[in-house]
Amino acid sequence: MPKSYRYPVYPYRRSADQDASSPAHHPVIVVGAGPVGLSMAVDLGLRGIATLLLDEDDTVSDGSRGICFAKRTLEIFDRLGVGDRIVEKGVTWNKGKVYSGDRLIYAFDLLPESGHKRPAFVNIQQYYIEDYLIERAGEIDGLDVRWKNRVIGVEPDADGVTVTVETPEGDYTLKCDYLIAADGAKSGVRDFLGLPFEGRSFEEQFLITDIVMSADFPAERRFWFNPAFHDGQSALLHRQPDDVWRIDLQLDADADREAEGSPERTIPRLKAILGEDQPFEVDWTSVYRFRCARLEHFREGRVFFVGDAAHIVSPFGARGGNAGIQDADNLAWKIAAVLERKAPEALLASYEAERIPAADENIRYSARSTDFMTPKSRVNRIFRDAVLDLAERFAFARRMVNSGRLSTPSVYSDSPLNSPDAEDFLSGIPPGAAAADAPLKHGGWLIDHLGGGFAGLWFASDPGEIDAARASALERLAAGGLPIRVFVVAPEGAEGAVHDLPVLVDRGGLAFERYDASGGAFYLFRPDQHVAARFRRLEIEPVNGALARALGRDKSRSDTDARTAHG
Amino acid sequence: MAELSSDDRLDRPDDLYAALTDAHEGLSEEESTALDARVILLLANHIGAAGVTIEALRQARESVLAHREDG
Ligand SMILES: Cc1cc2nc3c(=O)[nH]c(=O)nc-3n(C[C@H](O)[C@H](O)[C@H](O)COP(=O)(O)OP(=O)(O)OC[C@H]3O[C@@H](n4cnc5c(N)ncnc54)[C@H](O)[C@@H]3O)c2cc1C
Repeated sequence: MPKSYRYPVYPYRRSADQDASSPAHHPVIVVGAGPVGLSMAVDLGLRGIATLLLDEDDTVSDGSRGICFAKRTLEIFDRLGVGDRIVEKGVTWNKGKVYSGDRLIYAFDLLPESGHKRPAFVNIQQYYIEDYLIERAGEIDGLDVRWKNRVIGVEPDADGVTVTVETPEGDYTLKCDYLIAADGAKSGVRDFLGLPFEGRSFEEQFLITDIVMSADFPAERRFWFNPAFHDGQSALLHRQPDDVWRIDLQLDADADREAEGSPERTIPRLKAILGEDQPFEVDWTSVYRFRCARLEHFREGRVFFVGDAAHIVSPFGARGGNAGIQDADNLAWKIAAVLERKAPEALLASYEAERIPAADENIRYSARSTDFMTPKSRVNRIFRDAVLDLAERFAFARRMVNSGRLSTPSVYSDSPLNSPDAEDFLSGIPPGAAAADAPLKHGGWLIDHLGGGFAGLWFASDPGEIDAARASALERLAAGGLPIRVFVVAPEGAEGAVHDLPVLVDRGGLAFERYDASGGAFYLFRPDQHVAARFRRLEIEPVNGALARALGRDKSRSDTDARTAHG
Repeated sequence: MAELSSDDRLDRPDDLYAALTDAHEGLSEEESTALDARVILLLANHIGAAGVTIEALRQARESVLAHREDG
């Protein structure tokens, strides 16, 4: 185990369910307390859904795994209540450098624009993410986490799922309405249901090393193609908290795993990168061979697959954990709405309709990055080297250099929950996209007012002109069966209460600009902060229609989409 | 929409042909392929719309594969 971190132990505790005469029933059981299962359970718990989280282990993730967590994921973590801790502990970075040989060919900035609460990326060891989420889970009533509880059998039927659990004190059985499989890349749930997990393996192996050193390299991502210190291969350096640094080195396809991972081989390689004089200590070393794969369906009746259990990618681009947490973000509100009978079961079909294209996008990006980094043929290498060569002189070629296309949130463009634009928007945030952030005049951020439930942003250049009739219609909208929290977004200088609606004052006009709202606009956001619909003028009827559609109540459409998603 | 034009448009065909072959003078086969790759990238950027180059690649590949069937 790495020495830089003290692993917590979460004790096994006997539960009353183990002594029950018939299987205890839970609305939702989540299998696996990795970052994805934890996010899912915390999200459901915060929505008031009694949730049981089972994990076979009694601690957090071991060794060198995820370190880069993207802006969108940090926004989700904010909603779950762990964002501040993660950002405070983590190393914030927006910049990267790419080298060819020993020459810097270019530097990039992932977030060249200011006025966002969260940076492009934070680096933090996956075990901290899990650690903080576990602590958060402990604060939520109705969320029960059971350690040393291994799921060894899953039997779905029409109205529920029967789950067999193995513990240090023997097996017991549970029942649930919905089972969430978040049991990782080697998912047992997948096997119990006999589902194939197919995709593409990459031959090259990668040596992943975490070292402890105090060095004053800046907090940026550095990537080398063909460095002199690692003949003809690629290398990646990332800074983590606690003076831990991650170094990824590409190895040949036929490299001997054991030998390459040994200190005799790794230490000289690290010295070549860091310099003979730089003291460091190796914390953890592993050799990986990566794979891209996904399940054909992410749902089998009442069983849903999230995170690595549903899809895996090579890590260049940091798309694994980030995508998994976005799966949870997508699914939790839907399960909650269906269990609370605020939405029909049809809403659940949209999980696949939205997250399968997202998984395909992530697989495509990470497979292309891996192909660029590790050219598979003579011609691939020739084009790759041509791009690297030209990139030193020409900006256009830099855009082809692919050292990992770093995780960005998927836009659910073809989602059955979207209401297409009826009016012209030239830019702004289209239906299906995640909310854009902006700073507010009296402190705080736009993004923090969205999420949880449905929300509306009414951009009004002159809030004084909002008539009482419309404001009261809006208040009715806000008080409906499924409340929409409506905020008026006002430009600086036009603040002041608008009837009873809360007002958010746009500092520096960024919100109006980012939402293409100078001519006025109303945006409807889903509980996961994605845009469901937008309008130039606010009329109550279309907003109600968009809300119904976003809840899967638009029967004609979600049925056909469910069919195509399975087709 | 940009399309690949295969109209007769080149101003100095003989000069271009000579330049194409001269550029490879004294290069090894490996270097020649490397040169071609750079030319393709530079021209593709000049054209701008990737679809044009992608269409040229498709037509070029078709022309090469046609020989296979002939032979
Ligand atoms: C070298 C490396 C670098 C990476 N870098 C990044 C990065 O920078 N950013 C990023 O976003 N991602 C990264 N990833 C990917 C990331 O680690 C995974 O995508 C992430 O861990 C997936 O989370 P998960 O919760 O789906 O699965 P896991 O983290 O694998 O968790 C699964 C959990 O299920 C439990 N479990 C398994 N079977 C059972 C069972 N039968 N019963 C009960 N419990 C069970 C396990 O104990 C475990 O806790 C990297 C991965 C690697 C290997």
